[in-house]
This record gives sequence, structure tokens and C-alpha cells, in this order.
Amino acid sequence: MEIADYLPVLIQVLLAAALAGAILMASHVFGQRARGNYIKDKAYECGLPMEGNPHPRFGVKFYVVAMLFILFDIEAVFLIPWALIYREFIASHIPILWPVMFFIGILVLGLAYEMKKKGLEWER
Amino acid sequence: MDIVEILLKILFAILVVVVIMTIAAYSVLAERKVASWIQGRVGPNRTALPGLSAIPVLGRFLVRMGMWQPLADGVKFLFKEDPLPGHVKKWYYCLAPVVALVPSLSTVAVLPFGAYWVNGVEYPLVLANVDIGILFILAISSLTVYGIVMAGWAANSKYPYFGSIRSSAQMISYELAMGMSVIPVFMWANGPATGFGDLTLFGVVAAQKDLWLGIWMPLPAFVFLVSLFAETNRLPFDMPESETELVGGFHTEYGSFKFGLFFVGEYAAMAIGSAVFVVLFLGGWNFLPTFGFLPDWVANPWATWGWFGSVVSVLFFIGKTLTFIFLFIWVRWTLPRFRYDQVMNLGWKYLVPLAVASIIIYAIVIALWDTAVTVDHIKPETFGPAPQ
Repeated sequence: MEIADYLPVLIQVLLAAALAGAILMASHVFGQRARGNYIKDKAYECGLPMEGNPHPRFGVKFYVVAMLFILFDIEAVFLIPWALIYREFIASHIPILWPVMFFIGILVLGLAYEMKKKGLEWER
Repeated sequence: MDIVEILLKILFAILVVVVIMTIAAYSVLAERKVASWIQGRVGPNRTALPGLSAIPVLGRFLVRMGMWQPLADGVKFLFKEDPLPGHVKKWYYCLAPVVALVPSLSTVAVLPFGAYWVNGVEYPLVLANVDIGILFILAISSLTVYGIVMAGWAANSKYPYFGSIRSSAQMISYELAMGMSVIPVFMWANGPATGFGDLTLFGVVAAQKDLWLGIWMPLPAFVFLVSLFAETNRLPFDMPESETELVGGFHTEYGSFKFGLFFVGEYAAMAIGSAVFVVLFLGGWNFLPTFGFLPDWVANPWATWGWFGSVVSVLFFIGKTLTFIFLFIWVRWTLPRFRYDQVMNLGWKYLVPLAVASIIIYAIVIALWDTAVTVDHIKPETFGPAPQ
């Protein structure tokens, strides 16, 4: 695996970005022209005048979800290298099942604690 | 790497993008047709290029089924007014559709979509056969959420804002279940028969010659499929644009091709998600699983047909993918939308525990299987780095 093997990925990203940019430009060039007016330059709220702050406060639950996601996602990433060598270790008679069960057990404990503390309840 | 090789790669990439965009465009048409059939309507049926029906025999078939509807839709998007409302944050407002489209088109770079055979050895047809395969796809496809959040924030309006906040929470929640549900797959795919230590999707397909993983790992397959629906914002989970409560969600303020890019990006993500599912759980381009007792050619009957065999393998792969796109559409027009707290409950309280349970179950089952069956029958010198 060399860095040159990733060249098609770079090509693909550039191609996708160029395509999206070209489409936006074309849409801008070919699109109908129209004069703006007062209503057009206001946020759409089903035809009523806009009311209040456009970025209102939102539930703290979303922060909790983001935090839990980071914790659990990192643990999930730790499992990937384990999955790759799992059968090789078994074939070489190196104990790997129970150590990892300990790790997953901690993960499950965390999830259970989070549920017990009602960290996942949305209707509160 | 010389210039000809790079040019070839660029051509290849363009071809792949064209195919993906065509599939995306025609799945929009398929969506409308299937919706109308499910609801007992006719659907788009008369869009055609002028003069086509004058062609003697073929013409009658070329104007059927609203076949040119995607073209008409595209032209309409192109020639509509390209609005740039005064209240939006202009730079991010224009950038968001690009950010939403690029990840879904980029993931296809590591996705194997067929195979070719040289002297009986199988090689993948893929833009970049990188050894981090599935990690790349999970990582890049989760970047789509930035496009949605950026759109909701730049639109500077309440409903898009709520839509994007909801969407980001939903997408990261289901990404967790998705990432965990692929672990049993790679645990199995990095076996003695197929080589150890990489995450290529080609290795997964090669490991499915005997048994498709969807058959012997139905639980991870189910978790992955449900997470896929949530990740692509398809209907039981389309929180970001639940139009009955949020007008249009994150793309309320968008029009013309800026909206079109979100739309195309969603369908491209759906097509690529289906393709990833086929690769992981349905044997990729393999014809049928051998189940260990059928003759070997059943897995790839076209392995000896030269270049034509590769074409058939790609077509077979696309056919499997289209079946899944149909499933996506079918589910969309059958199930009602979940409420937001139900979505989050399903993700955290059911799918994540199910994914963890499947990791534990398959770890134990594979350990038992390997100690009982495999270990004593392979020679130690066959272990080593994966065959290239």
C-alpha cells in the first residue's frame, strides 16, 4: 500500500467537487433572472412574517447525544483492529476472546448506566 | 506512475461518476413510478423528446414509462431562477450543496463493483483498492452531515435550523450502530482462507464464495440495513426534512440546482449504500453461494469468459444493487415516518445493543468454529500477509 494507490481517491474527490461546482455555475448562468423583493429576501415561514430569532435555543439533549456518540464511536474504532486479527490469534492459540469480552463488557456497562440514568430518554 | 496511467484513471473515474449519476437520476424516476403504482396512479408517462415517436419500430418503446423524465427534471432545475435570498449567509449557503454531494460521490472510489480474472486469479474492478476500504466509506459518508448542518445554519431561518440539528443527532446515532454491525463481517472475512489484516471490500467478497454473509449473519445485516435507511435520510427516518412539521427541513430556503444537488446527493448516497450492503452481505458480484458442497464455478460462472465475464459480473452487481434501491423505495411508500424520540430510541436502545450483542455472539461462534474445525486443517506456513 503506497500513497500512490490513493491517487484515484484524490481524482474522485476533485471530480465530484468540479462536477458540483460546474452544475452550480451552469445553474447560475442559465437560470432565469428576476428582481428580488422584500418578501423574497425574508426567511420562508409558510407565508407569515418571520418571527423571533432565526437560530433559537435547542434542547441540551443534542449535546448529550453528541458526547455519547464520541465516547462509543471511539470504543467501536478500538474494536476494528481486534476484528482484523481475531481469527489469526485463535489459529495461533493466543487467548483473545475473553480479554476482548472484558472490554466489551465495560462498553455494555457504560451503555446500561447511561440508560439507567435516563440519558437516552427524549420525552422528559 | 506515468501520465497515460493517470489519464486512464481519470477516464475510469469519469465513467464511474456518469454511471452513478445516471443511476441516481433514474432512481428518482423509479421512485415516482413505484410510488404511483403503490398508490394506484399512473405516474409520469408522457415525457419524451420531440420526434422520437416517429422512429418506425423502436419509437413506440422509447416514449414509454416517462423514460425522459430525468432529463426534463434536470433541464427544469437548470433554467429555473437561481435564488440567493438576502437573509442567508451567502458563502456557506452556496457551499453546502457541494459539501453534501461530494462525500457520496467520493465513497465510490474504494467500492469494488466487479472482477476480472487472470489465469484463474480474481482481481477487483475498483478505482482505488485501498486496504482501509470500509473505514474510508464510513468516514467519508458521515461527512455528508456537514453539508446538511451547513445548509441549515446558513439558511438563517428556524425550520432549516431545527432540521439540520435533528439530522446531525440522528446521523451520528445511527453511524454508531452501523460501524459496530460491520465488525462481525470483518472478523469473519479476515480468516485463514482469505488472508488476514485488512479492511478491503474485495476481501469481504472473496470471503463470501461459500456462504453469503447475509445468510449466516442476518442480525448484523439487519442492523446495517436499518442504519443505512437512517444514514441516507430515507423515509421512516427522514427527520431532516419532515415536511409536515418543518416545511422542507434543511433545504427550505434552497431552489433551482442548489436544491437539485441535495436531491441528487441523497439518491447517490442511497445507490452507493445499497452497493455497500450488497458487497458486505450479499456476496458482491458472486452468482450464487456454493454452500461448501456445490462446485466452485457456481460462485463465478463467468470467470473464464475473459473481458465479457467482467462485464457480466459488473452487470450482475448493478442488478443486485438495483434490487436494493427498489427495497428503499418500497419501504418509503409503505411505512409512515417515525416521531423523533422514536427514532432516537430505536437507534440507541435497540440497534446499538443489538450490534454489540451480535459482536459477542459471532465472536464466540467464530472462536468455537475455528478451534473445532479450521485450526487443525491448515498448515502454519499459510499464515502471512494478505495475498495481493
